[in-house]
Amino acid sequence: MALPSYASPFERFWYYAFRVICALIFFFLMAPILIMIPLSFNAEPYFTFSQKMLTLNPEGYSLRWYAELFSSDSWMRSIRNSFLIGIASTVLATTLGTLAALGLSRAHMPFKGLIMGILISPMVVPLIISAAGMFFFFSSINLAQTFLGVVLAHTALGTPFVVITVTATLVGFDHTLTRAAAGLGAPPTTVFRRVTMPLILPGVISGALFAFITSFDEIVIVLFIAGVEQRTIPREMWSGIREQISPTILAAATILVMISVALLTVVELLRRRSERLRGIAPR
Amino acid sequence: MDSTAGDDTAFVRFENVQKSYDGEALVVKNLNLDIAQGEFLTMLGPSGSGKTTCLMMLAGFETATHGNIFLDGEKIDNTAPHKRGIGMVFQNYALFPHMSVAENLAFPLEVRKINRSEIKSRVQRVLDMVELGDLGDRMPAQLSGGQQQRVAVARALVFEPSLVLMDEPLGALDKNLREQMQYEIKHIHEQLGVTVVYVTHDQSEALTMSNRIAVFEDGVVQQLASPTELYEHPKNAFVAAFIGENNKLIGTVTEANNGTCTVQLDNGDVIKASAVNIDGVGSKTTLSLRPERVMVIPEKDMPDHMENVFEAEVLELIYLGDHIRTRVRVCGDDEFIVKVPNTGAGHHLAKGRRIDVGWSVADCHALDAS
Repeated sequence: MALPSYASPFERFWYYAFRVICALIFFFLMAPILIMIPLSFNAEPYFTFSQKMLTLNPEGYSLRWYAELFSSDSWMRSIRNSFLIGIASTVLATTLGTLAALGLSRAHMPFKGLIMGILISPMVVPLIISAAGMFFFFSSINLAQTFLGVVLAHTALGTPFVVITVTATLVGFDHTLTRAAAGLGAPPTTVFRRVTMPLILPGVISGALFAFITSFDEIVIVLFIAGVEQRTIPREMWSGIREQISPTILAAATILVMISVALLTVVELLRRRSERLRGIAPR
Repeated sequence: MDSTAGDDTAFVRFENVQKSYDGEALVVKNLNLDIAQGEFLTMLGPSGSGKTTCLMMLAGFETATHGNIFLDGEKIDNTAPHKRGIGMVFQNYALFPHMSVAENLAFPLEVRKINRSEIKSRVQRVLDMVELGDLGDRMPAQLSGGQQQRVAVARALVFEPSLVLMDEPLGALDKNLREQMQYEIKHIHEQLGVTVVYVTHDQSEALTMSNRIAVFEDGVVQQLASPTELYEHPKNAFVAAFIGENNKLIGTVTEANNGTCTVQLDNGDVIKASAVNIDGVGSKTTLSLRPERVMVIPEKDMPDHMENVFEAEVLELIYLGDHIRTRVRVCGDDEFIVKVPNTGAGHHLAKGRRIDVGWSVADCHALDAS
C-alpha cells in the first residue's frame, strides 16, 4: 500500500501519522507482556531492572527464578493442575459445544435463539456472579473444592467459544454434502466422521483453543471453587503476589507466554495446512 | 411407451404420493407414476412445481406426507437414505472438498467394505469412463466445472446402483458444455442400462435425453409421454406453452365432431382445429400452433391441405440463419410467430407487407382455456 503519487499533503501526513499511531497502540498492548521476559532473568529478587541489567552485565542475569519455579512443589502442582483442568474442560467443552452447534445449525430447530442465548450466557454474565452462583450450588452438591467441580465450571465457560466458532464454520457448510454422503451409502456416524468433522475441524480447533486458554488463565472461579489441591497457575501467581513477592512469578509468566505463542502458531499452521489440502487456500 | 407401465414391470412406483411442508399447502398433489427398469425419465417443470421434492422423496431426504413409494417392488418409505442404494447427482455436485477425486469415488465403495484392490480398479474404470483417467489425485477445487460434473456422475455410478437420480446436474455449466454433457449422460445411460430419474427445468435438455418426460406444474403431472408425443400432441395449454414455442389463440368452440372442431375467435375469425381437450360447444378454448407449422403461402398458389388460411401483416423480421423468425398480426394477434425456413431462394418478406399464412387442422390443437 504505497503512497500514490497524486497524494495531497494532508494524505502524506496521515500516511505516516497512521503508522505512528498503530505502532504506539502495539507498544501499549505488548510492552507490559514483553517487559516481563527480561525481568524474569533478574539476578536480584526485585521487579525492577538493576543497574547491572541495564548495562548488559552478564552478572545481572540469572536463571535462578526458573530453577526456583521448577523446584517448588506448589508451583509444579499448580502447573500440573492447570494442564489437567485445562485439557479436561477443553475436551468436554469442545464435545458439547460442537454437538450444540450442529443441532443449532439445523433448519427446523425450535427455540434456536433461546437455546443459543442460554449457551452463550456464561460469556455475558459477569464472571464474579457466575463464580458466586457456582460456589453456592457446587457447595451444596459436594462439588466445591474438587477437580470435577473446577473442570465442570471451566467447561461452562469454554463451551460458548466452541459453540460460536463451530456455528460460524457451519454457516458456510454445504448441507448437501451430508445428503450426498448418505445417498452414497454412508450411515450417519460415518457421514459425521468422514465428511462433517473434517470440514468443520478448523472451527472446532479454534474453539478448543479458546476454551483451553479460557480455562488456563481463569482465576475468579478458581478462587471460589478450588481448594489448595486444585490450585492452578493463575491462583498460584495470585498468592505469590500477595504473600511473597518474588520474580518466580515472572518466570512462570514468561513460560505461559511462550506456551500461548507456540499453541497459536501450531494451530494456525495446522489450519493453513488443512485449507491447502482442501484446495481452497488463497493463492 | 404407454403412460402406465403396468403393475409388474414398474421399477419405481409413486402411489398416491402427497407432500406438504407446512401441513397446509400441498407441494405434490396425489402423484401416481410408474418408471420402468432401464428407463430415462425426466421430471420437467418450472421451479416450485414439485419435481425436486419428488426426487428428494425418492432419494429418502424428504418423507411423503401421504402415499407410498416402491423401489423394485419394495416399499421404501421407512428405509433410510443410506440403505436405499440409489446414486444421486446434485445440482452443485456435492463433491467432498477435502478428498481427492479418487477418494471421492472410493467413498461409496469404502462404506460398502469392498476390498482395496477392487476399489482401486473400479475407481480407475469409472474415471476412464468419464474420460478423467489421470486426474484421480486432483482435489475437486482444482477441476473445472465440467470436470467436477463428470466426477459427480462417476461417483453416482461407481457403486453400480440400479437407479440414479439427477437433480439439475447441468444447471451450472455453460451452453456448449451443457449440450456435450447431455449426450455423454445419455450415452452412459444407454451403455449401462441403469434407470435414470432426471430433474430439470430446461425443456430442450429433457427432449434430448429422455425416454419419457413427466411435465410438472403446481404439484401435478400435467402430461407423461415421450418427447415426440409431448411436442406433437400436448394435452393441455400448459404443456403446449412449456414445451417448445407456441402460438396461442383464444376463442369459443362453435361446432365439434369427429375429433375436429370449429372455433370462433374473439375478432370473428373462424378456425378449424383438432379437438384435443375441450369441454364442448360453447366453451372457451386455447388454440395452440407451432411456429414452424405455419406456412407462408405464395400468391395464387393455394395448397389443398391448408384448411386455415388468413391474411397477415408482417410486423418484424429476425434473421436467425437457418430460419427467419417473423412476427405477424393475424386473427387479431400481434404476437403471432412464423418460422420461415431459409431455403436460399431469397424471400419476399418485408416489414409492413401483407402475406397469406396457413396451417392444417392436424397442427392446430384446441386445448383447455387456461
